[in-house]
Amino acid sequence: MKLGKQSISFDTIYLGQAGVAAGPKEKQGPLGSYFDQVYDDLYCGADTWEKAEMQLMRDAIDHCLLKNNIGSGEIDCFVGGDLNNQIIIGSYVMRDYDIPTLGIFGACSTSVEGLIVAAGMIAGGSFHRVIAGTSSHNATSERQFRYPTEYGGQKPDTLTFTSTVAGAVLLTDTPTDLRLSGVTVGKVTDAKLNDPLDLGRAMAPAALSTIAAHFSDFNTKPEDYDLIVTGDLSYFGKDMLVKLFKEINIDIADRYNDCGLLLYDRDKQEVFAGGSGCGCCAAVTYGHLLAKLRDKTYKKILVVATGALLNSIIVAQKETIPGIAHAAIIERSGD
Amino acid sequence: MIFLMAFLIGGAICAVGQIILDVFKLVPIYITSLFVGLGAMFDTFGLYDKLVDISGAGATMPISSFGHSLVHSALEKAEEVGYIGILTGVFNMTAAGIAASIIFAFFISLIFRPKG
Amino acid sequence: MNEEMKSAIEKVKKETKPKRNVLINTAKAFFVGGLICLIAQIIIEILKQQFLLDKEMANSVAIAIMVFLGSLLTGLGIYDKIGQFAGAGTIVPITGFANSMTSAALEAKSEGIILGIFTNMFKIAGSVLVVGIISAFIFGSIRFLLGI
Repeated sequence: MKLGKQSISFDTIYLGQAGVAAGPKEKQGPLGSYFDQVYDDLYCGADTWEKAEMQLMRDAIDHCLLKNNIGSGEIDCFVGGDLNNQIIIGSYVMRDYDIPTLGIFGACSTSVEGLIVAAGMIAGGSFHRVIAGTSSHNATSERQFRYPTEYGGQKPDTLTFTSTVAGAVLLTDTPTDLRLSGVTVGKVTDAKLNDPLDLGRAMAPAALSTIAAHFSDFNTKPEDYDLIVTGDLSYFGKDMLVKLFKEINIDIADRYNDCGLLLYDRDKQEVFAGGSGCGCCAAVTYGHLLAKLRDKTYKKILVVATGALLNSIIVAQKETIPGIAHAAIIERSGD
Repeated sequence: MIFLMAFLIGGAICAVGQIILDVFKLVPIYITSLFVGLGAMFDTFGLYDKLVDISGAGATMPISSFGHSLVHSALEKAEEVGYIGILTGVFNMTAAGIAASIIFAFFISLIFRPKG
Repeated sequence: MNEEMKSAIEKVKKETKPKRNVLINTAKAFFVGGLICLIAQIIIEILKQQFLLDKEMANSVAIAIMVFLGSLLTGLGIYDKIGQFAGAGTIVPITGFANSMTSAALEAKSEGIILGIFTNMFKIAGSVLVVGIISAFIFGSIRFLLGI
């Protein structure tokens, strides 16, 4: 059912088990033990960076199928995307599965965009089991958006560090212990910031827009959620978002965190401002937060994946960097 | 003495580059491009040559010396054969640096894999 | 997005503008850049005294050696770590030029030798050559015409 201007509430969408595969830095981070498959080096046993990211995505899907105890033949659709040109990782991975596929792109907001599309397909009563997945890899991202990985340029502190991780979760209309009870679709928000080495702050206005719209559409406030988490605003973006909400007289500080800051230990690991990439929100949410909901630490959370919409050509043309954010409510069903 | 000057002048040129990088929030390509151009400019009146005399590698190692060498050899040839010498002589002094860069980059990239 | 949010964004944008540690970064760049030039100068003196090369030849050989070191450290995966510390201290010297070429070629290796290594080698370093030649042409022409 449509709520307000840009939200939908769901009654029959449930989350099954998820699969998460991660690289070395993520394995060594605070959430390493929550991941189903971890690798000790960035190549993940493959020949090239791109093939490494495909391996992660494949692992995430395989663990998702295994943990839900179903075969790929029972999946109605896979919805997913990544940061690479032509979202090539998902396309090539899905060659190996007999599953209808929809490729989507939302930059680092792809994880929740996938949940929205999947939920929409199930809510109509049409599909019954859809997997939403996404991946990112530090080297494929550096290669495409910034510099060769061995280049000696100095990265500033504001840089958000693309995480090497993939996550896939099953959505179904068969009741489980977790519900996807609502989503808010974000609008492209351009706050005229233009530094591709400071994407956290570029995306904060989009998070403000979507979360504010969410509260309005659902008639809720921060206190109604045990945790509000953004995808990858990281240190500087998080700080900016808290201040933005304070300016409009909403206090989120005591229950707000960011996946980019949860995935890594910024003090011990060299990750600059914190994590980013499509996989960041997916890994933290599907690997860690679902577990926290299931072990009753949280009852109801709001996951807001944030994406920066840019490519190197448009940035070279001196354009600004717009962002987009999509929100999803995940809560325990029953109690 | 030359060792001290090499350290100080070389360090100073890099320090100027770093200040521009941080204050104007530019990417490295702007710094290298700017310095090459400045090196070409300061070859005028033999200014860069004087810097090389004082500090040796402190002036010949930074990328600015590339610009200086290009214009220096271009004019040297032009004095010999006329204006066309600017085109025929421009690469004379820098040939070693460019050739070495290409050859080593090729062989190193054959042998190693990027580590990320 | 309403007006209240728009003005909040404008205000907070300015408030949260990140600052860089200019002083510390400059000191690090000065130290490492100076060290690289010092090492090169030592190499030049050895070439002049032990191998009896003349000044120009010694300089050319020293450049070739520094380029080799820059390439090798890039291949070993060490140059980017030094670069993160030193910033312009590793970008400005000729070793930075070698690093930009080697890192681009190395990264593109997955596309093979011709489409990868050969095609991408000058991806970052190209601008140095182009600016250099054009500057040499402009300044050279002006000075040739003016007789300086």
